[in-house]
Amino acid sequence: MTLAAEIDHNGTSPEKLLAPVLSAFWDQPDSWTLDTYRRHEGYEGLRKALAMAPDDLIAYVKDSGLRGRGGAGFPTGMKWQFIPQGDGKPHYLVVNADESEPGTCKDIPLLFANPHSLIEGIVIACYAIRSSHAFIYLRGEVVPVLRRLHEAVREAYEAGYLGTNILGSGLDLELTVHAGAGAYICGEETALLDSLEGRRGQPRLRPPFPAVAGLYACPTVVNNVESIASVPAILNKGKDWFKSMGSEKSPGFTLYSLSGHVTSPGQYEAPLGITLRQLLDMSGGIRAGHRLKFWTPGGSSTPMFTEEHLDVPLDYEGVGAAGSMLGTKALQCFDETTCVVRAVTRWTEFYAHESCGKCTPCREGTYWLVQLLRDIEAGQGEMADLDKLNDIADNINGKSFCALGDGAASPIFSSLKYFREEYEQHITGKGCPFDPARSTAWADDKNTDGKNAHRGVNA
Amino acid sequence: MTTSRQDVSLGMPQLPATPYPAEVRARLDADAKEVLARYPGSRSALLPLLHLVQSEEGYVSRTGMAFCAETLDLTTAEVTAVATFYSMYRRRPSGDYQVGVCTNTLCAVMGGDAIFDTLKEHLGVGNNETTEDGKVTLEHIECNAACDFAPVVMVNWEFFDNQTPQSATQLVDDLIAGRTVEPTRGAPICSYKETARILAGFPDERPGAVEATGGAGPASLVGLKLAKGEALPQARVVSPRDGQPKSAQPHDPSPSEHLSSHDAPQQTSASDPEHPAGPAAEEGE
Repeated sequence: MTLAAEIDHNGTSPEKLLAPVLSAFWDQPDSWTLDTYRRHEGYEGLRKALAMAPDDLIAYVKDSGLRGRGGAGFPTGMKWQFIPQGDGKPHYLVVNADESEPGTCKDIPLLFANPHSLIEGIVIACYAIRSSHAFIYLRGEVVPVLRRLHEAVREAYEAGYLGTNILGSGLDLELTVHAGAGAYICGEETALLDSLEGRRGQPRLRPPFPAVAGLYACPTVVNNVESIASVPAILNKGKDWFKSMGSEKSPGFTLYSLSGHVTSPGQYEAPLGITLRQLLDMSGGIRAGHRLKFWTPGGSSTPMFTEEHLDVPLDYEGVGAAGSMLGTKALQCFDETTCVVRAVTRWTEFYAHESCGKCTPCREGTYWLVQLLRDIEAGQGEMADLDKLNDIADNINGKSFCALGDGAASPIFSSLKYFREEYEQHITGKGCPFDPARSTAWADDKNTDGKNAHRGVNA
Repeated sequence: MTTSRQDVSLGMPQLPATPYPAEVRARLDADAKEVLARYPGSRSALLPLLHLVQSEEGYVSRTGMAFCAETLDLTTAEVTAVATFYSMYRRRPSGDYQVGVCTNTLCAVMGGDAIFDTLKEHLGVGNNETTEDGKVTLEHIECNAACDFAPVVMVNWEFFDNQTPQSATQLVDDLIAGRTVEPTRGAPICSYKETARILAGFPDERPGAVEATGGAGPASLVGLKLAKGEALPQARVVSPRDGQPKSAQPHDPSPSEHLSSHDAPQQTSASDPEHPAGPAAEEGE
């Protein structure tokens, strides 16, 4: 069975499987500018939204079935509906652009190529929740994106999409672009709010939820970039169009980010429910001569999958039923040259580094996981360490202040479930049986000087 | 404030930080006023103000923290608590160019570890250390949201995609030699201080900076090309920087090679006693 035959027989060509909406004109000249955005029906969704009553607009977005694209999948319209109206307090919209989950790389290219889709979504959302000040919390480490956001916001003010009496609707809106300063935890919505208030980014105890007491203790909606950027198209093309894609519980389109040992890494915008097999088949598969070993459906915090999960529909329910989470749709693919112990150790070092230190299970647990994993990877572990890893992860999972702890436990649990033998090999063989030089992007390149690829990796 | 005063502990509390010279203070006050005006609550200005003081001195000094505290009516302890939480705030004088090699799992596996080790050896510095000429500070960084361009190197937070040890070596050599360096995505590299000013919320005013390197990067467009019925190039796109050796030639698969993951059974990697992997643990904390 060749992939070409499969594609032809089933009529599942990329043209039919993919659905570029947000990415539809990223290849056009100056795609990030207001002019280009307007030429592609930009700000048309806003006009339709402003013709509706705010409550009707919230109901419309709720009916569309749009769910949060930041990982949790909470219905976006419902988040808006939770904002108490007529309470006399300011309301805020905060866009979470702190994209830092390992493997996740969708919001940054989206904002680099098409920042106005986010700005239009922000104006629509603020009209709905009756907010007159919105913030984009962008991680600081992406200056090219910050530059384009600055420019897009300037253009939007100049064109009257931001500021006072927007398009004659009476809506006033200020939009502040705020650059973070390097902290994964600020992607957690309450830590993000603390950070935006000028504090250390540490999660807050809930309740109260941000919808009641968020930024400056006022009702606040925190939405992911892609969630908000999807709203203008829903308004412009209609909720039925949106619901015609995906499944009943996971409607619509979304960005899948393919990375790692694949022939064509990149962004693939498709209806929810596409499978990794379909994405790989259309894009040249795993890099030539290699096999898929393990992959994440939505970043390192989502339990890993193996080859047996290639046909899992990548929507909220499908991935959940298979024992993981859709997360951010960050499809990191690793082939048979990759040591799973090395991969998990590195992720765990990340969680330990990024643990904010507020709660003990996460702060202490991630530290001890790293100690055990480093020993195992170096061939100095004991068999009892494997159960200890599981036990520590179990003491973090569900017992931490926020989801970072759960995320740290995910790679441990799932790798032990699928690759326990590989851990055992490290222990019985007193070392790692893998050669990291074979995993590099240039490993199979005959023209590369092999010495460089090997140098110092085993330090 | 002298170095020796910081280094020698006499069990005495530090003296208050030296204030900024009057003309610097006046300039920063004007900038700070602009930053504060963006927020309903003044303390929200703290992160941008810390970026701002980095744009003055290249790092967050005690003088800078005292300035933030005074401006926002906070204690220096409150400001220090925040400044030490975030990894982008440098706590000592560092290089003109912050070179960050992603060594989170995906980039590490794809070659980030090899790149980082090569640069450490080439520059003669360890993680978070600066070359003697004060040009380059090398660090390993966490996932920078560019996994489809792995392995990734950042210089002053501009993207250098699809790097190799050779291209990264050329990159730091160019930086040290003062040659103009252009990223794969982003604007021509400016100094760390100038970058910090953008992060404080002051738009980059260099002509052409916003549009530099064009629209989406190549990997961002692959799905769109397929959806339009266009063919994909079979090889990875290699960073097109001028002057670097073409290290990764496009891979030309022979007919016997399979392009799909599903019809090409392969043995798992055989053990190679010459290369037992060890954790590349270089955390200095």
